[in-house]
Amino acid sequence: MEEFEPKIIAFVCNWCTYAGADLTGTSRIRYQPNVRIIRFPCTGRIDFMLLLKAFARGADGVIVSGCHPNDCHYTSGNFHARRRWILFRRLLDFVGIDVRRIHFAWISAAEGAKWAEFVNDVTDTIRKLGPFEEYRKLVHMGFDPIEVA
Amino acid sequence: MPRIGVFVCHCGENIGATVDCAAVAGACAGIPGVVVSMDYKYMCSDPGQNLIRDAIREKKLTGVVVAACSPRMHEPTFRRACAEAGLNPYLCEMANLREHCSWVHEKGETTTRKAIDLVRVIVEKVKRNRPLYPINVPVTKTALVLGGGIGGIQAALDIANAGHKVVLVERDPSIGGHMAQLSETFPTLDCSQCILTPRMVEVAQHPNITLYTYSELESVEGFIGNFRAKIRRKARSIDMKTCTGCGICMQKCPQKKIPSEFNAGLGMRTAIYVPFPQAVPNKPVIDRRNCTYFKTGKCGVCAKVCPAKAVRYDQQDEIVEVEVGAIVAATGYEVKGADFFPEYGYGKYPDVINGLQFERLASASGPTLGAMKRPSDGKEPETVVFIACAGSRDPAKGIDYCSKICCMYTAKHAMLYRHKVHHGKAYVFYMDIRAGGKMYEEFVRRAIEEDGVKYIRGRVSRIYDEDGKLVVRGADTLLGHQPIEIRADMVVLASAMVASPGSEELAQKLKVSYDPYYFLSEAHPKLRPVETNTAGIFVCGSCQAPKDIPETVAQASGAAAKVCGLFSNRELSREPVVAVVNRLPPPVYSTCVGCFLCEDACAYRAIEREEIRGRDGQLIRTVAKVNAGVCQGCGTCVALCRTKSIDIQGFTNEQVYAEVMAL
Repeated sequence: MEEFEPKIIAFVCNWCTYAGADLTGTSRIRYQPNVRIIRFPCTGRIDFMLLLKAFARGADGVIVSGCHPNDCHYTSGNFHARRRWILFRRLLDFVGIDVRRIHFAWISAAEGAKWAEFVNDVTDTIRKLGPFEEYRKLVHMGFDPIEVA
Repeated sequence: MPRIGVFVCHCGENIGATVDCAAVAGACAGIPGVVVSMDYKYMCSDPGQNLIRDAIREKKLTGVVVAACSPRMHEPTFRRACAEAGLNPYLCEMANLREHCSWVHEKGETTTRKAIDLVRVIVEKVKRNRPLYPINVPVTKTALVLGGGIGGIQAALDIANAGHKVVLVERDPSIGGHMAQLSETFPTLDCSQCILTPRMVEVAQHPNITLYTYSELESVEGFIGNFRAKIRRKARSIDMKTCTGCGICMQKCPQKKIPSEFNAGLGMRTAIYVPFPQAVPNKPVIDRRNCTYFKTGKCGVCAKVCPAKAVRYDQQDEIVEVEVGAIVAATGYEVKGADFFPEYGYGKYPDVINGLQFERLASASGPTLGAMKRPSDGKEPETVVFIACAGSRDPAKGIDYCSKICCMYTAKHAMLYRHKVHHGKAYVFYMDIRAGGKMYEEFVRRAIEEDGVKYIRGRVSRIYDEDGKLVVRGADTLLGHQPIEIRADMVVLASAMVASPGSEELAQKLKVSYDPYYFLSEAHPKLRPVETNTAGIFVCGSCQAPKDIPETVAQASGAAAKVCGLFSNRELSREPVVAVVNRLPPPVYSTCVGCFLCEDACAYRAIEREEIRGRDGQLIRTVAKVNAGVCQGCGTCVALCRTKSIDIQGFTNEQVYAEVMAL
């Protein structure tokens, strides 16, 4: 049987993690190709409904990453993201969604190697967890996260 | 119906060798709405851009996706190409196939599939892009230069000589920085102060330069062309207007045993002091931590003896606010000092000194007036060991990088020592000699061949005291790691250069990125070496990475040229990536319910309240409105808006949801 290859969507900010992932490229550090990056101006822009939507569309894992605390290009967007993240994670836990499928990291524009390492770690974790069928089943049964929200 | 063009770039081998570009172009041709999809060797080249321009005209494209390198690299290039063909530039976006795909994954089907995914996402986004128009903002033609070392001085003079106003802020009581401390400079051995002090005076006298010494940057707000900076002028305890700089206060100050910062701790100064005789401004400052009056309330000698009555014990810190259009950071470096080298006994043995201390020993204006006397007993050292790479290139010390200037200044130190002590022996322990630069290699050769400095390739494991001699134990790796012991009278460590203290806070105030060593990051390592990722903020000198004087000066002039280029515009156009609150026809007006959650979340106070009134002037509702001139486009408000009434141009909800749905 072919090994399960997870689909991971990364929501990253333009100034730190996107640039950090660019640096991973310029430094030619290899990592697993399962991740798809979507660029945002700031982690503060990331509406966490997008994460649910990603799961509904078949993502097996999700990454949110931005600037380190105090380093936000927009002063405080990452703090908003952090607060939202804490709530969101608890909410997922409460409704019974495995929180090991969502990952958060601070990765700066200078941390190309950290990005590669982080993506590899997340990919390995998700691969072990297997496909995220539970959530997709819910969606098929008519549970649309956007509607619920 | 959208008509999208997809242009897949091979980037020579960079993408083409890993990703099957033709397959990507083929797959994308099948995406609904894509009317043309092609691949080409170099999309950014002129013929490549022509392909895009021709396709826009012939196929009447409503959107362009260039699948190539990072948008941080070439987005402006392709947007310009689109604009030339009559397409609104904001209808062009890039899919990052190079940095995020081909350079980081193996060649193969999976990688090509990922590439197709990445393009598909951007195609879905571009379908929902709307034409946008840049926002024009005025430019304040004043520059703020942070740091008054040689980098800051050069940048300030270059900008001021081009006819623009400059505000120069220096943390210490005098400008001059580390260069003022140096004795002679490599590779010409010309006196450092002789070339620096005229520049310092020029700064002080320049009509376009406002100099704030003993001051620090408090905060910065705003954006390119329109920064507002607050500067804290620390209380100098001296009235600068009435003080004549006669120096009587310093002669009479009873507190004379304070280690002088300028002499790197080798000399003493008084509590009211001028850091060095050529200081600019040449007026004293009271060091309140060490002043008897501030410690006990008694003394007041300086105030009594001052003929101009310029001493002000009650002076307070003052905050000055300046409006500037550009900021140059030139905050420099410091060298690693005590407690960093326990194995070398630095801090324990007075005769183990660092490079800056040696500079002061060798300097004619130093504590020994240039005579080679060791700190412990003032005797002339007969044997001196110089240790290069002390701390640098040493992952065990947490400093992986090369401090770059040590090879050269160690050769200079050994040479200066030999010039002063003809019968003395000079040994240099080194790892490699890195003497890249004009006349640099020749200089090191000269130290070895003409001045008889003994170079030993190997590292020092330990230094200890034995019968009044410093025993330096190391290995000679060119003699098969043979252990070697030298009984020395003085040891000079070429200690690692690190970013100056407070670099992290500075970077956070300026909102520029920095590396793990707190050196400020340039926007691009090769092509944008003096800009930062934050528009309008520039870097020069060793706050960006270790550098020598010529490189610092070159980079400072480069930063100054960038500032002058910026100031040559009357207005700047800003990216229209800003938030907008929707407006709808009556009776809805807007879906905004006026909860003003966004108002609290906005770090820039860009949210205003707008009253919607009916024809009779009656207030119908108060809704949010974004001041586009102030909004920076972070989108925090968008994510928390409960009614999804606020949206950010270029990253609208419609666009990002479409992106997620495409995966």
